[in-house]
Amino acid sequence: MNTSHFVPRRLRGWVLPLLLLALWSWAAGALDSPLLVSPLAVWQRGLVQLAGGELWQALSASLWRDACGFVLGAGAGLAFGALLGASRGFERLVGPSFHTLKQISLFAWIPMLTMWFGLGEAAKIAFVALAAFFPVVLNTCEGLRGVPREWLEVARVHGFGRWQLLRRVIAPAAAPSIFTGLQLALIYTWLATLGAEYLLASGQGIGNTLIDGREQFQIDLVLFGVVVIGLVGFGLNSALAAVERRLLSWRERTVARY
Amino acid sequence: MNRYSNAGWLWAWPFPLAVLALWQLSAARGWVPEQVLPAPAQVWATFAELARSGELWEHLRISLVRVLAGFGIGLGAGLALGAALGLSPTLRDYVFPLFKAFSQVPVLGWLPLLMLLVGIDEGLKFLLIAKATLVPVVVNTCQGIAGVPQRYIEVARVCRYSRWQLLGRVVLPAAIAPIWNGVRYGLTHAWLALVVVELLASSEGIGFLIVYGRQLFQLDVVLAAVLAVGIVGFVLDRALARTEAWLLRWRQPGL
Repeated sequence: MNTSHFVPRRLRGWVLPLLLLALWSWAAGALDSPLLVSPLAVWQRGLVQLAGGELWQALSASLWRDACGFVLGAGAGLAFGALLGASRGFERLVGPSFHTLKQISLFAWIPMLTMWFGLGEAAKIAFVALAAFFPVVLNTCEGLRGVPREWLEVARVHGFGRWQLLRRVIAPAAAPSIFTGLQLALIYTWLATLGAEYLLASGQGIGNTLIDGREQFQIDLVLFGVVVIGLVGFGLNSALAAVERRLLSWRERTVARY
Repeated sequence: MNRYSNAGWLWAWPFPLAVLALWQLSAARGWVPEQVLPAPAQVWATFAELARSGELWEHLRISLVRVLAGFGIGLGAGLALGAALGLSPTLRDYVFPLFKAFSQVPVLGWLPLLMLLVGIDEGLKFLLIAKATLVPVVVNTCQGIAGVPQRYIEVARVCRYSRWQLLGRVVLPAAIAPIWNGVRYGLTHAWLALVVVELLASSEGIGFLIVYGRQLFQLDVVLAAVLAVGIVGFVLDRALARTEAWLLRWRQPGL
């Protein structure tokens, strides 16, 4: 990396994408293939979608689905994961069944869910919730399980009450793992939202935009959809990371005070 | 692995058996129509029938070949990229943002595009499964290597370890747990990607069997195929967990 000294650190991330973009523009101009549309065409298509309002309609439908499923699934997952992590007996009774059920590939649930919930919105949201449920359970459980025994002993020596123990020791110790679970859940729910929209193709959503684009052989529309999907995924993750930083800064302060 | 000791296994049975009994009972009493939830006995009969006729094995074989090929490609590329990114902060500065952007688009986002670009043949399946494997492997390998505690490396410096000794004796053992985690996630994602790509664009394989059963409204076929998907996923994960226990066996006495 000879150039490493010439590019300021903050700008280094842009080098490769810009090179790729340049290569793509050049290739789209030089090779005349219907499969290679120029970045400019994708941009223009994006502007049309934005101006026409189709994008917002599709996106808001998808995001609403995603949010409903995430809240339902992550909420249930936190409760179930906490039980699994805190209670040895519950873990023994239900843990193996859960771990077996988890092995069923997520998308294999869709055909069953459509039988139970129909082909509409309910099945989609149920599926998205299921996608959030598993990673949250696993990481919540692991986070609680991973609290070092010594910390609990120290807390006991200090005569911490149940609530103090939970709030000052267990929650801060388990928070990073729980956040990993939530972050995974966000990734999975976004994946599941798309999957639900592909497989239950009725209704609106960004996934429908993509399959429509594919059926009509509009590569620019498909590429624009891919960019939007990536941006949304990025936005969701950044939002969660910001929340995590806030909560973890609270943790560091608490720790620092002692 | 004491969680799976003999006593643990005994504890595991009451809950699923109770659920099965309730399920069978509700099917026998007709509380739920057969089209919505066929009896477990019937699902089992269908499963046995599919296995006896060889149909199940043929679909499974096709699916497994796809998964292993895609997983192999993704794993190799992921370990190499992840290790490079973990070891070189400069490379990380350049490549990680692009990789991050690439990984923001889930497998399913790429699917319609790839269907246009490479068609719906085996190539599409390999590519998607490889992509699904690649992302967690790269992230975990990179974080695992970059996250090796500084003091370990300082100790190694004090001991005048050479570069290779440092990598082999300090960095790799310290990073193997997160790396292996990535490999396990990679395999889970590969299996996930396989099923979804077979649901959407395939005329054979275990995912296709599920769609096929759904189209014919034969939920017993769907559930039997899902059962097979679950069993294979379980076996794959167990195999990796076993390997992990073996790889990390040196840690046991330390703890």
